[in-house]
Amino acid sequence: MTPALQAPPRPPAERRTNGRLPPAPPDFGDDGDGEGEHGPRRGLDNLRLAVLFFMGAEAMFFGALISALLVLRLGMAAWPPPLEPRLPIAVTGLNTLVLLASSVTLVTAGRARRRGEPARHVRWLWGTAALGALFLAVQGYEWIRLIGFGLTLASGVYGTTFFALIGLHGLHVLAALVWLLVTTALVARGRFGEGRSAPVQACAMFWHFVVGVWPVLYFTVYLI
Amino acid sequence: MSAHAATAHTAHTAHEHHETGFVRTYIFSTDHKMIARQFLFLGLFMMILGGLLALIVRWQLAWPETAIPGMGRILRETGGILEPSTYNMAFTMHATIMIFFVIMPILAGAFGNFCIPLMIGARDMAFPFLNMLSFWTTFTAGLIMLSGFFVEGGHAAAGWTSYAPLSAVAQYTGVNWGQNLWCISLFVMGVGSMMGSINYITTIVNMRAPGMHLFRMPLVVWSLFITAILLLLALPVLTSAVAMLLFDRTLGTSWFAPSGGGEPLLWQHLFWYFGHPEVYILILPAMGIASEILPVFARKPIFGYHAMAFSMIAIAFLSWVVYGHHMFVSGMSPALGMAFTVTTMIIAVPSAIKTFNWLGTLWGGRIQFTVPMLNAIAFVSMFVIGGLSGIFMASTPVDIYIQDTYFIVAHIHYVVFGGSIFGAFAAIYYWFPKMFGRMTNGVLGHLHFWGTFIFFNATFFPMHIIGVGGQMRRIYNPMQYEFLQHQQHWNVFITYSALLLGVSQIPFVINFFWSLFAGPKAPLNPWNANTLEWTAPSPPPHLNWGDRIPTVYRGPYEYSDPDAREDFLPQNQPPVGAGARRH
Repeated sequence: MTPALQAPPRPPAERRTNGRLPPAPPDFGDDGDGEGEHGPRRGLDNLRLAVLFFMGAEAMFFGALISALLVLRLGMAAWPPPLEPRLPIAVTGLNTLVLLASSVTLVTAGRARRRGEPARHVRWLWGTAALGALFLAVQGYEWIRLIGFGLTLASGVYGTTFFALIGLHGLHVLAALVWLLVTTALVARGRFGEGRSAPVQACAMFWHFVVGVWPVLYFTVYLI
Repeated sequence: MSAHAATAHTAHTAHEHHETGFVRTYIFSTDHKMIARQFLFLGLFMMILGGLLALIVRWQLAWPETAIPGMGRILRETGGILEPSTYNMAFTMHATIMIFFVIMPILAGAFGNFCIPLMIGARDMAFPFLNMLSFWTTFTAGLIMLSGFFVEGGHAAAGWTSYAPLSAVAQYTGVNWGQNLWCISLFVMGVGSMMGSINYITTIVNMRAPGMHLFRMPLVVWSLFITAILLLLALPVLTSAVAMLLFDRTLGTSWFAPSGGGEPLLWQHLFWYFGHPEVYILILPAMGIASEILPVFARKPIFGYHAMAFSMIAIAFLSWVVYGHHMFVSGMSPALGMAFTVTTMIIAVPSAIKTFNWLGTLWGGRIQFTVPMLNAIAFVSMFVIGGLSGIFMASTPVDIYIQDTYFIVAHIHYVVFGGSIFGAFAAIYYWFPKMFGRMTNGVLGHLHFWGTFIFFNATFFPMHIIGVGGQMRRIYNPMQYEFLQHQQHWNVFITYSALLLGVSQIPFVINFFWSLFAGPKAPLNPWNANTLEWTAPSPPPHLNWGDRIPTVYRGPYEYSDPDAREDFLPQNQPPVGAGARRH
């Protein structure tokens, strides 16, 4: 056997680490980046990571509701069931654009923050919140009209699925709106300065999630 | 150990003594170890309740419609005889309590909280306040669940699976607020467990000590990581399902009521889409615990560390595509049933990999038959039996005949009692010295283990026989069926065994409380184990380690290395020469 094929001599145990894994990094000293005692971090900070996982759980929550809707409507001969009021597709379509626009304003706000323009940042955040509130107001108005036409939570499977899916999304928009308003108020007071913007970004992530769910709901509940 | 700690590199300033009051230390504590103890006590208390409910169910099955000793005071109108409606309530609540308020709080709640930060070298969870909130949310859910026993009409009685339309219409079971509280409680529990799982995942991803790569994590941390991901993604489905059920019952919606266009089968789909990952939520932490304890007491490295981690990941993925095997007789198309049979058979493969690796770990080891080790071995052997009876259930041609019989009751108890509860006992005996700073009593521990092991098998193994003999699950009185009368002696035998199984828990209770207050003080590392929690004082103080967190140099299972001085090499022991670079 040639020497090249021989196994390398076993180092004494104290020098070995397990298997093919490299030894511990020789030096992760405190390089003054404020990352604490856990060594330099590469990924997301705890808060944004947690919001990301929360979004995963929320996606499953809405996934269950949407699949329930699909199962129920596939079991019906006609959808929407005869004699039920029709949903306001056009108005809600415009409202969809309002909500999508709020995501655009939020991205613009984030750009202003990164450029270091706090006044513009706050202005765009208020604009985002205003669009979210407009969306909720239009939704509420349409709900009142639909209830007036006789579509309620208890009026059969059509009303059940409509109010549950759209209502639970509305609650999420409301929660995201409250979060955004609190965050914006704190930003306006200068709470999240240079390098401390993670809470603002976490809030923005959740806002984008709530906006992102809406087109899916609009498509499954209103359009098909 | 201080020599090892001194080689940790980064300076730490957070270590300071907190003088906190009683309330902040013992009740609204944000310390992960205190929250772990709170979850443990919650789970053990609920276990007593769930066990007593099982015993009254067993009494009714062995000696139908006779007065149950001691129940005369509670069931005053009947003089201690269990009525059909009360019987339904008893088995429903036995399962609900055991699954959601015993196994999940003990395995995921207590040992998740205790092990994760200590074993990855973190000072606490990523979000300590959220952690506290998670416990108190779960506690509130427990209170809501218990309050159901005291409302008009009794507690939920539609089985722990609460199939619609039985559960969706109050008149069918005669239970009104009991079922509503059941829904509310599980909704709240879902929120609490989501907080916990987000915390676990974030902590494991972001808070590992220097050198603690993903593939140097102890397998119990891997199992809790995967459990947390399953919890995060499965519980929201249950949350939405119980919300729909509650709306159907209280607001008149029509999710599951055919009269309004609803679909009763929808409940089964949603429930089992949650329910099958839930099964793995119950068993994965116990698998991790066994993988942790077997190498320590066999004094051998775990056999196939990477295979163990990857098979758990495979189980987690596959657990989403097997749920249909709970619904073979629901009118499912045979082609779809076949697909679910195949996926279910496939999920047996990673489970078998784990079993062979546990046996490979034991093979040729110098096995120390300590109490935690005995419980871990019992876990492995009982899990094999439960896993094999699962294969029967997975195959449609067999399942059509044995579904909803005592065969499935035997199967689930072999997996969830023989698996998860033995895993929980193993974990309690193994980590008790670190958790409470005192050793448990070995004699009482052996007494508890052998009693539990023998009477567990005597209780649940004959259920396979009466199940194949045709005894349906959830029936009130087997003597009402002529074809079941000839095997009634088995029911009597099972009930005697179940009573003795209950009696076998008395040494555990004595041992637990005696050791808590008067056990001998535990040394730093009583089992000569490698993982990081044994480098912290027993019990670990607030923030776990002194000035520096440990640095990790190797995997967690380096036992009996022929070149090492001792038969174990702690994860934080630096390789020779690495200590030269000190700051």
